[in-house]
Order: sequence, then C-alpha cells, then structure tokens
Amino acid sequence: MKYQSQAVAKPYFIAAIALFVAQILFGLIMGLQYVVGDFLFPEIPFNVARMVHTNALIVWLLMAFMGAAYYLVPEESERELAMPWLATLMFWVFLVAAGLTVAGYLLVPYSSLAKITGNEFFPTMGREFLEQPTITKVGIVIVALAFLANIGLTILKGRKTVVSLVLLIGLTGLAVFFLFAFYNPTNLVLDKYYWWWVVHLWVEGVWELILGSILAFVLIKTTGVDREVIEKWLYIIIAMTLITGIIGTGHHYYWIGTPEYWQLWGSIFSAMEPIPFFMMTVFAFNMVNKRRRNHPNKAAVLWALGTAVMAFLGAGVWGFLHTLAPVNYYTHGTQITAAHGHMAFYGAYVMINLTIISYAMPILNGREANSPRSQVLEMWSFWLMTISMVFITLFLTAAGILQVYLQRFSDNPLPFMVVQEKIAIFYWLREFTGLVFLIGLILYIWSFFAAAKDAKAGVGAEPTGAAA
Amino acid sequence: MSQTFTKSMARNIFYGGAVFFFLLFLALTFDTHQALPKRDQRHLLDSATEVGQRIAKGKALWEENNCIGCHTLLGEGAYFAPELGNVYVRFGNSKEAIKAFIKSRPENGITGRRSMPQFHFSDEELDALAEFLKYASEIDTSGWPPSKQG
Repeated sequence: MKYQSQAVAKPYFIAAIALFVAQILFGLIMGLQYVVGDFLFPEIPFNVARMVHTNALIVWLLMAFMGAAYYLVPEESERELAMPWLATLMFWVFLVAAGLTVAGYLLVPYSSLAKITGNEFFPTMGREFLEQPTITKVGIVIVALAFLANIGLTILKGRKTVVSLVLLIGLTGLAVFFLFAFYNPTNLVLDKYYWWWVVHLWVEGVWELILGSILAFVLIKTTGVDREVIEKWLYIIIAMTLITGIIGTGHHYYWIGTPEYWQLWGSIFSAMEPIPFFMMTVFAFNMVNKRRRNHPNKAAVLWALGTAVMAFLGAGVWGFLHTLAPVNYYTHGTQITAAHGHMAFYGAYVMINLTIISYAMPILNGREANSPRSQVLEMWSFWLMTISMVFITLFLTAAGILQVYLQRFSDNPLPFMVVQEKIAIFYWLREFTGLVFLIGLILYIWSFFAAAKDAKAGVGAEPTGAAA
Repeated sequence: MSQTFTKSMARNIFYGGAVFFFLLFLALTFDTHQALPKRDQRHLLDSATEVGQRIAKGKALWEENNCIGCHTLLGEGAYFAPELGNVYVRFGNSKEAIKAFIKSRPENGITGRRSMPQFHFSDEELDALAEFLKYASEIDTSGWPPSKQG
C-alpha cells in the first residue's frame, strides 16, 4: 500500500466478513422457520432471527464502506489519513456496540431490551431495520461523525478528486438521513413517511453515490483507463441516481395514507431508477474493454463487473417489476418485495464491498494480488454466491406471484397462512439454495487462507502484462 | 461519450439535478403535510382523550415487542405473518376478537407450524394494542389492501 494509514481499513474488512457470516447463518435459520414453523421456537423466534439477519447486514455494509473509505481516501488525497488512531478507536467502539446489540437481541426478550435501554424515554425501537436500542443509534451517530471528520479532514488537506468528493457527499448524506431514525411520532403515517427518509434515501440515494465512487476507484486502479473518462461517467451516473431516486421515494407513498398523487410521481420517477444502474453496467464493461493494463487481481475485476450486472438486475429490473402503482397495489408487502430486496442488496451493496475487499486485502497484506490458486477459489465463490442469489430471487418471485394470486387476486382470496402452506415448496427450494450460498461464502473465506499460505510459500500472482 | 460532452457538464447536471429534485421533493413533502389531516385520522390521536392515550400506548407496545419482525403493517415489515393494517376489519370490526387471538397463543408454539409468541399482556395492554390496530385500519390507504385477507 502507498500510505501506512490505509492499514486501518483491514480490521474493518475482517469484521465485515465475520458479520456477513452471521447474517447468512441467521438467514438460513429464518429460511427454515418459513417451512418448519416451530424451529428454535420459542428460544429464537422469527422476529429475532430476522433482526440479526438484517441488522448484521446493515452493520457489515457500513463497516465495509468505512473500510473502503479509509483505504481509498488516503490514496486519492495523496496523503496519510488525518487521524488514523481515531479510525482504529472507532472500529472498536462500533464493533463492541454492534456485538452488545446483537447479544441483547439474542439473550433477552426484545421488550426487556427496550426496558433496559430506556426506550420509553426516547422511543425509537421496534421499526423495521431501525430495531437498535436508542443508545446504539446514538453510538452509530458518534462513530459516523468521527469517521466523517477523519475522512473530510484528509480530503480537505489533500488532493481533491471526483472519486473522493462523491464518496464524501454519499457518506455525509448517509449520516444526515440517519438522523430521521430518531423521529418517531405516534401518527403512523408520519412515522412511515420519514422512516423512508432513512431507508429509501439511503439505499436508493446516497448509498449509490458510495457504490459509484468505490466502483470508479477500483476501475481506475485495475484498468488503467484515464481518470477523466471514469470521473465523467461517475458524475453522470450519480446525477441520474438522484434525479430519479429522490422523487422515486414516492413508490413507497402509494398505500400508507399519503395523498394519491404519489402514485403518479412515484411511478414515473421510479420507473427511471433502472437507468443509472444500466449506465453503470455499460460503464464497467466499457472501462474493462478499454483497459490499458491487465491487473493481476482478476478476481477483483470479476467482482466489479459482477456488481454492475447484478445491481442492474436486482435493483433495476426486479425493482421495476413491482414499482408501478397498479402493479404494486397487488404486490406490496409480499414475497415479491423479499425477492427484490435480496438481489438488490446482494448485487449492489454486498458485491461492491466484496469488490473493494478483493482489491484492497491483498495490498493490505503486502502483495498486489493473491496467488492464482486463491483467485480461482475466490472466483468459484463469486459464481456460487451469485448464481444461488439469482435462484433465491427466482424462487421468491415464484412464491410471490402465487401469493399475490391466491391471497389477493383470485375470486376467493385465501387467508395468509393457507397460502403460505400452498407455496411452501418454493421456500424449501430457497432454503437449499441458501445452503449453496453458504458453501460459496466458506470458499470465499478459504481463499484468504489459501492466499496467505501461498504467499508464505513464495507463490506469487501471475505477472502484470500489457492489455491484449 | 462524445468529446462535446465534458466532465464539467456532467458535474453541473449532477449538482443541478440533485438540488432541483431535492427541492421538488421538499415541496411535495410540504404539500403532503397539508393533505394528511384528511387521511391520517390524527383527530383520534389527541393525547387528552382516552382513545388517544390508548393508541399511543398501543403503538409503543407494538414497537417494544417488535411485531414488525414478523408482520406487515400497511404492507411494510416482515412477510412471515399476516398483514395487520386491516386485521380489525378482517376480524369483523372487533377489538375483542383481536384481544382474544393474542391472548390465546400457546406458550411453546404449535408443533411444526409458525406460531405467534405468548406475550402475557395485561387486559389494559391488550386494549391498547387493539385500539392501535383499529386506528391503523382507519387510515385512508387509497383502497389497499386489495382483499380483506391482507
């Protein structure tokens, strides 16, 4: 690595992967509970498993974003990180807070956790994805502010590039919109209206800026294409993201008590939300085709291309599938939503983080790329995880279409639980596919150990060559 | 991209577009706030009334027991258990039916099947939860859900 302080990124990446494993294990528990309803009941009821599954995802994505920022900002700014000690301190604060919160979810009933943490004095708990005790949320704000100060100061003092500026705007937006997590009125419509300011404006807004910036960084490094070209693409992609995505929030305002004009605004703008993702795919493939060098880290390039494709499919195509109001009237709150959620999060945010980890980890370990054997393992893990996620999405989509028909569309709509039993076969298929995903994840982790072993034995990566 | 389209043009579209559409979003949000009193049943929420107090307590209980971790409410939440935004209607416009259901959940679940946990709510708490769910069912959701089954 070029700057010593980039090393602070390493523990962030390692913790992120550890939490990724926890996320998948709890996902498998939930998947089984869908078909074997009393599995682990009442010790780990479904809602607890789901909280761990979604919260572990959010925290590990945030951890990896932070690691990515600590890695790429010094390099972009051409100087050491302003306060490396603060980054390391905040890592431990974040990890301990996340660990205690998950322990709280698992060890005591949720209502006891609410009582212990004084939720009645400042109630913010018990809303989807924002289940963390208020004190944990305060902790997240502190970590985010310290992180932003560190990154911001480094950028301010150093070279200012489009990549680092876009990253900074995205991260600032992430911190600002999280503040709406503290607004929780009794009025359910207002509660839901501003809840989306965290959830939607994160994942379909500022997070896409972070995604674009990390992708641009990795493409600059691995393809050697002129920075000017990549930065122009980055600007135009994130412009389309915000132009479509901000008003696109309206696709969540169809059926929650908000005025009906949102059906028009939401449909029109969110129908255009796939555009920036499509541009991202064109961008990534174009840059790799125009590459001026063959980077020895082929796995990282594969992850980068995979991100662009899967984000377009998951966020773009599967989002469009149910975003128009007349369609959403039937699909809102069904397995269709779950299908979209899985592939969108995997394709956009899981994969971009695995991209930067794939690129940066070898360098943090003192080599440009891992041994061929390790990269082959990593590519196997790429295909296993990605293909199983495609099938998980297809099975949930099939379950969702049947659910919509049986429960909402047919002449004699059936009760929820009756329908769930009728579509159980797809939940079984999803669960088996989830096990394949886990195998992919194990291979992924194994590839790191294989790389370390080969490095010790003196087996290097294939030499860098000129582009064919 | 062609050479006539420069990086500074792309940058201007980004900043201009982001600011313009965020301001438009704020304007629509302002208008939504004007329109909401006719749709969101806020007159029920007056904390000076007993109903208002029950709804507030019901929402707190809803949150502190993580009901959203299994159920959807107005279509948002988890998809493991039935939609509850219209459960009041589905249960024949009866708060008593809702209370009886919650109360009767078996402590150790049902063999092989999904079951709602037994929360040991007091009668007062059950009243509050039922009142909250009744309030949720009265919000004007533009005709959603499509069927009573949620």
